[in-house]
Amino acid sequence: MRTTVRVYWRLLRAGFQRQSAYRLAALGGLVANTTFGLLKVAVLFATVRAAGGSLAGYDVGRMGTYVWISQAMLGSVNLHGRTDIAERIKDGRVAVDFLRPLDVQAAEITTEVGRSLFALIPRGLPMIAIGAVVGMAAPESAAAYPLGVLSVLLGIVISSATAYLVGVAGFWLVETRGLQVCYMVVSGFLAGLFVPIQLFPRWLLLVAHASPFPSMMMYPIEILSGRVGLAGALALLGAQLAWLAGVGGLGQALTRAGRRHLEVQGG
Amino acid sequence: MSAIVEAEGLTRQFTVRDGARRRRVLAVDDLTTRISAGEAVGYIGANGAGKSTTIKMLTGILVPTSGTVTTCGLRPVKDRRRLAREVGVVFGQRSQLWWDLPVRESFRILAAIHTLSAAAERARTEELVERLELAGFLAVPVRQLSLGQRMRAEVAAALLHSPRLVILDEPTIGLDVLSKQRLREFLVAERRAHGTTLLLTTHDMGDVERLCDRVLLIDHGRLVYDGDLAGLSRTAGAERVLTVDLTAPSADLTGIPAARHLSSEANGLRQRLAFDAESTTAARVFAAVAERAEVVDFTVEEPDIEDVVRRIYAARR
Ligand SMILES: Nc1ncnc2c1ncn2[C@@H]1O[C@H](COP(=O)(O)OP(=O)(O)OP(=O)(O)O)[C@@H](O)[C@H]1O
Ligand SMILES: [Mg+2]
Repeated sequence: MRTTVRVYWRLLRAGFQRQSAYRLAALGGLVANTTFGLLKVAVLFATVRAAGGSLAGYDVGRMGTYVWISQAMLGSVNLHGRTDIAERIKDGRVAVDFLRPLDVQAAEITTEVGRSLFALIPRGLPMIAIGAVVGMAAPESAAAYPLGVLSVLLGIVISSATAYLVGVAGFWLVETRGLQVCYMVVSGFLAGLFVPIQLFPRWLLLVAHASPFPSMMMYPIEILSGRVGLAGALALLGAQLAWLAGVGGLGQALTRAGRRHLEVQGG
Repeated sequence: MSAIVEAEGLTRQFTVRDGARRRRVLAVDDLTTRISAGEAVGYIGANGAGKSTTIKMLTGILVPTSGTVTTCGLRPVKDRRRLAREVGVVFGQRSQLWWDLPVRESFRILAAIHTLSAAAERARTEELVERLELAGFLAVPVRQLSLGQRMRAEVAAALLHSPRLVILDEPTIGLDVLSKQRLREFLVAERRAHGTTLLLTTHDMGDVERLCDRVLLIDHGRLVYDGDLAGLSRTAGAERVLTVDLTAPSADLTGIPAARHLSSEANGLRQRLAFDAESTTAARVFAAVAERAEVVDFTVEEPDIEDVVRRIYAARR
């Protein structure tokens, strides 16, 4: 058990370090996140005010929290569906993964999570800082903070585990780009990247809740903005764990089945 | 001696799309062989003969269509993770290092993956760094390495956990003469020090000559030769060539027993004679030549293995 922890800790750090090699990309991401954040502030604040100061449980303060936390998480939550494993399956490098005494899925997700955690530093923290200046509401209970942080981490892991599913579809499909683009279009929207999902019409809200996407980004925001109380926060964490078990289990099954199907490309 | 690899009727078929039609390719066809602990085996054959496919089945990457294989006493597909601790693999054109991390960091991660103790990690890393001369670029990200540097790092990465079986799929591809030689010397030393079993695919016959005491030749997925290198030449009926430089221009040296006159240059100052290693010796041919002319200098060329392989292939068509 201890050795297992050590292995995955190394992989997590490796992902973290790899990401740290790309400083310029981080800077670009930061600029984009900020611009997009200010845009969201302008549009959503106007909407809240037009609705008389409160909309689906969001006043201007909570909407500020929504905007800046969603922007802070954007660089770390995989809402684009691109993964390293997809590339490796395509060009055959995945053979190397199977030559290691590791669980391929766990190793891949751990490395990706390591990268995501690094991204929180150059792309996440500045967003929180801007939010603190521009204005965002704090949750009523101090317990919301640790629960919220836990929820953010779970959201990151769930997104990696779900994007992994898109990647391993490559065991059967020669080209997973179409699937990845679908994931990108749907995931951001249903995760609540553009507007909080509570603003959706009822049918769309149902669709969202039937998918893992809100648990990647919307749930942590609900906890950190204080839109839900402690009981609500615990329920959302429970839902996240359930989604993680679901997509994680599916990933295990697909990896196992895909392996039998695998025809490593190239000499 | 215990078997490291045991294959029985190992077969792998691929279905490839050929326009609208589907075509079956028998990449490996009914391969039965056994490799004992400590052997060094060269696995050779033309492009597409099925070498890499065999290796993928041996290491559990690819599921056989039929037949069985055990590697290090394990079933490769089922016991993949346990087998990974016993085997080190280098795929010449596929990196197992972390592209954007320094070489040293890849070694650290691999040491963790293979759960080496801190002491074992230090000792083994030091050994490999010294023997493969990696010290100069340990801190350099892998993507900045030259091919030769990267290959040395790849070999170190594959051997870090001191595997019992080392499989190298074209390890010297693209290396210059000196790098090839260094890598071969390293592998020889590694085998001597640790008794490692070696399985090597290559198109470079120098690799086979220097490193292997046994050759498996495969043609269209079928094993067509299993034995030592000298035997391979004999099977093909390949000839050795004696070249002699004479003191004076002489007539063609025809009629020497069991030898065939190939060519004469400079009015017969230099002449080449081919002979079959089975029916005579270089000494006897030389003695016969010396009776007829005064020899200044001579060389004996061994049969070129690529030529041997070509002959064997041709004989099977
Ligand atoms: N994933 C695959 N899908 C379809 N056919 C394949 C696949 N991999 C290999 N083949 C076919 O199987 C045959 C054997 O290929 P393999 O890569 O084992 O050859 P090789 O001996 O390693 O050749 P080389 O010396 O060129 O590396 C070839 O005809 C190849 O086209
Ligand atoms: Mg090959």
